[in-house]
Amino acid sequence: MDQPELPVVDHQHLVLDGPLMLDCGTELARVRIAYRTYGTLNAARSNAILICHALTGDQYVAEPHPVTGKGGWWDMVVGPGLPIDTDRYFVICSNVLGGCMGSTGARTPKADDPTDLWGTDFPPVTIRDMVRAQKRMVEQLGIARLFAVIGGSMGGMQVLQWAASYPEAVFAAVPIATAPYHSAQNIAFNEVGRQSIFADADWEQGRYWQSGKIPARGLSVARMVAHITYLSEEALTRKFGRRMRGASLAVFNDIFEVESYLRHQGSTFVRRFDANSYLTITRACDWFDLASDYDSNLSGAFAGTRTRYCVISFTSDWLYPTSGNRAVARALNGAGANVSFVEIASDKGHDAFLLDEPDFHRTLGGFLKGCADHAGLAP
Amino acid sequence: MNDASRVATEPVRYVAKNMRLDLRLIAEMIAPGARVLDIGCGDGTLIEYLYRTHGCDARGIEIDMAEVTRAVAHGLPVMHGDADNDLSQYPDGSFDYVVLSRTLQAVERPREVLRQMLRIGRHALVSFPNFGHWELRWKLLWTGRMPNTTVWGKPWYETPNIHPCTIQDFFDLASREGYEVEKWLAVDEGGQRSPWRRFPALANMFGEQALFQLRKA
Repeated sequence: MDQPELPVVDHQHLVLDGPLMLDCGTELARVRIAYRTYGTLNAARSNAILICHALTGDQYVAEPHPVTGKGGWWDMVVGPGLPIDTDRYFVICSNVLGGCMGSTGARTPKADDPTDLWGTDFPPVTIRDMVRAQKRMVEQLGIARLFAVIGGSMGGMQVLQWAASYPEAVFAAVPIATAPYHSAQNIAFNEVGRQSIFADADWEQGRYWQSGKIPARGLSVARMVAHITYLSEEALTRKFGRRMRGASLAVFNDIFEVESYLRHQGSTFVRRFDANSYLTITRACDWFDLASDYDSNLSGAFAGTRTRYCVISFTSDWLYPTSGNRAVARALNGAGANVSFVEIASDKGHDAFLLDEPDFHRTLGGFLKGCADHAGLAP
Repeated sequence: MNDASRVATEPVRYVAKNMRLDLRLIAEMIAPGARVLDIGCGDGTLIEYLYRTHGCDARGIEIDMAEVTRAVAHGLPVMHGDADNDLSQYPDGSFDYVVLSRTLQAVERPREVLRQMLRIGRHALVSFPNFGHWELRWKLLWTGRMPNTTVWGKPWYETPNIHPCTIQDFFDLASREGYEVEKWLAVDEGGQRSPWRRFPALANMFGEQALFQLRKA
């Protein structure tokens, strides 16, 4: 397999004032957070929305991606007149700590020597560490309180962590297609991906960047496995069924269309994503168990909360199914929170939150409008 | 726009007149600024009305997902859920009023639902269609078949109303469970309350809908 270079892009960023203490006990002396903003912050600094991206997402929410050239991953949701209306709200999205789109992570230098990268020495990070870094970033941008924190999948975990860690700094929270903890099944799928990376000879114990290689095969298999979990059986059947690419019966070539689709997903992924970063972030998800910090009582995470919540799930999502999202909604009720909970009918699987789902978009937009009304934001 | 100016500018009477009769009667019983949970809130008409005109912190639970989506997309705090399964997680005394309109007869465990309502709320407001109405009695007696009326419109094999009761039945249950009936009224579809408003036996004969306000005695 050819090994394309990851393009070098200078991402917009800030450096956190002072060190960042991580859950693992390591202190990162210098933390860089890459971010993008859309819309205008109002004079009262009260209209800021933080969007938290998913496992392999990044800060390029609503503009062409500088590496892939593709449109923003939430183009349909974020923009003028869209559910997250940039004419009304100031939208911020940052690359997570441990990511590979400009924030401090395995691909960034340890200290001053630009060739001495973190690699596998990068300390393990948690969802809470990511959120800590985001909180500091938001403060440095001069925003004490966010109007809303919104995110799907791993982004939804960050939303829940935000609401639990910084209740006074979040007026509204929208966790989408997410879970209060990573299940054994979630961890199992992640582990297959990690083992696939480890098994690639080019991984070189995580020091592949020293020889200029990329464990492309391992990373692409990891992506292929993960991608299956993002889709439903209905969606796969509708897209590919049992259609074949050619009539010849060959074991090593891709025969079915679904195979070539997955291979394509895998090979394009390795051009934009770093393998060590994938290891770091999947681990962060696996460690996520919000209730564990509150005596295994999920409601405890939200005790006394005054944040308004909108929990959204999708019927065909089996990665982070409705049951987990409903558990979050019920735990919020247990904390006396103001919570809306909607399960959107969709056969597109977990990925539905990224796709054209009019009911979802109407729900999100309407919830935010209602919250803006309560928050006294100018229309 | 703040809440006070909204109250002044919204066409309140118009909204109220267009609201379902039992919801209008329920709204009249709820004090301004109260914390309200509306179980079976539909598209959220009542909770929106209570928020806009009474300044209530009103929330809803609804079983029909299309209605939930409509309500949330309208900016209202509504949960997908149902009376049988989604009340137990609320803390005690979370609400001043818990409303169950035209739903009691369709839940699986009406007694448990009432218990939960009075655990999480100080007052329960319950409306239900009265199965003791003379027209139903007459039809059953005369035709020997399950009665069909405008209020009880579906055949027995399709109706979601698995626990119909009469006004007298409800008085009995309230007393057996130790609930105090703070207020009650029965109305016909036209909303007329007189002349039998003070007499349960007459209300049980002529009232098509009943509305009770309960609390723990």
